[in-house]
Amino acid sequence: MGEIKKDMVEMKEAPEGYEGRGFFATKLDSVIGMARSNSLWPLPFATSCCGIEFMATASTNYDLARFGMERMSFSPRQADLLMVMGTIAKKMGPILKQVYDQMAEPKWVISVGACASSGGIFDTYSVLQGIDNVIPVDVYVPGCPPRPEQILEGVMKIQELAKSESLRRRNSDEYKRMLEGYNIEVSK
Amino acid sequence: MEQKYSTIIDSIKVKHPDAIISAEQLYDIPCIHVNKEYMKALVMDLKNNFGFNFLTDLTVIHYPDNKGNELCGSYLFHNWVDNVRLRMKVFISTEDNHLPSLVGAYKAANWLEREAFDNFGIKYDEHPDLRRILNMDEMDYHPLLKQYALEDESRRDKDDTFFGR
Repeated sequence: MGEIKKDMVEMKEAPEGYEGRGFFATKLDSVIGMARSNSLWPLPFATSCCGIEFMATASTNYDLARFGMERMSFSPRQADLLMVMGTIAKKMGPILKQVYDQMAEPKWVISVGACASSGGIFDTYSVLQGIDNVIPVDVYVPGCPPRPEQILEGVMKIQELAKSESLRRRNSDEYKRMLEGYNIEVSK
Repeated sequence: MEQKYSTIIDSIKVKHPDAIISAEQLYDIPCIHVNKEYMKALVMDLKNNFGFNFLTDLTVIHYPDNKGNELCGSYLFHNWVDNVRLRMKVFISTEDNHLPSLVGAYKAANWLEREAFDNFGIKYDEHPDLRRILNMDEMDYHPLLKQYALEDESRRDKDDTFFGR
């Protein structure tokens, strides 16, 4: 068994704080933010070609796992990040909303591709014109479909959000008002 | 081949003189234009005695300018044994948008008729379960009728300044 080559492994920087011999002190927010951002469990909600791009993103060539988002969760109860990839028909809207409802806080949403973000080329009676009519979205990834690099970039933006988010944000009145704006029941 | 088709049209015409309004040969498919009143009996005969055992497709076409005959029910049958296809058209008006259901003859007609009802609002009499199949249940119109816009009405980003519409 060889020694781990330290220069081959990218270590995450510790958050800002005070350190001395045998102790390190920092804010709880920063530590939890760091932990959350590097262990996001995504729920892939893939309905069309963007989902195929996502499969490429998750497999060997692009390897989402390198960034600490390896574990796909196929149950919304255990997921932190809802990845909506593909055209969402109006009939699918309530189902998407239910999946979002079932996720526990804190939760993030990424809208991948033109269809999920705006309806895309499907400007028609049967297609939801952007999932942000139904649920709040944190990051939009443009493209039709976007390349795996773009999806990676989008997820890394979510990591930035998770890292810098205040622990109190989800309890704030502003956040509750935002959810009520989407007619989503605020969890106690 | 040509011979076979004209024979089929002729024998249908002889057997159902009231049902057939007109008949023609379009490319390699014989087409019959039929009377709604006699349609059900004709279809049963096509299935049982002319060998059209398979309903390939069933749909509706909307011709809003064709006054009195705005809606056209279009059927495509296939005889697997002789490899012959047959197209059947029946015209109805918007006011009386009822057609006889073919579910009794072909099971495949069940979902196809639900789809035609969903998109065009055609009422198929005696259909066992006539409700929407593709669009959401809350939808209050039949979207493929030409008086309704194809594009989604809820878009707010369509500014003529930017898109030159």
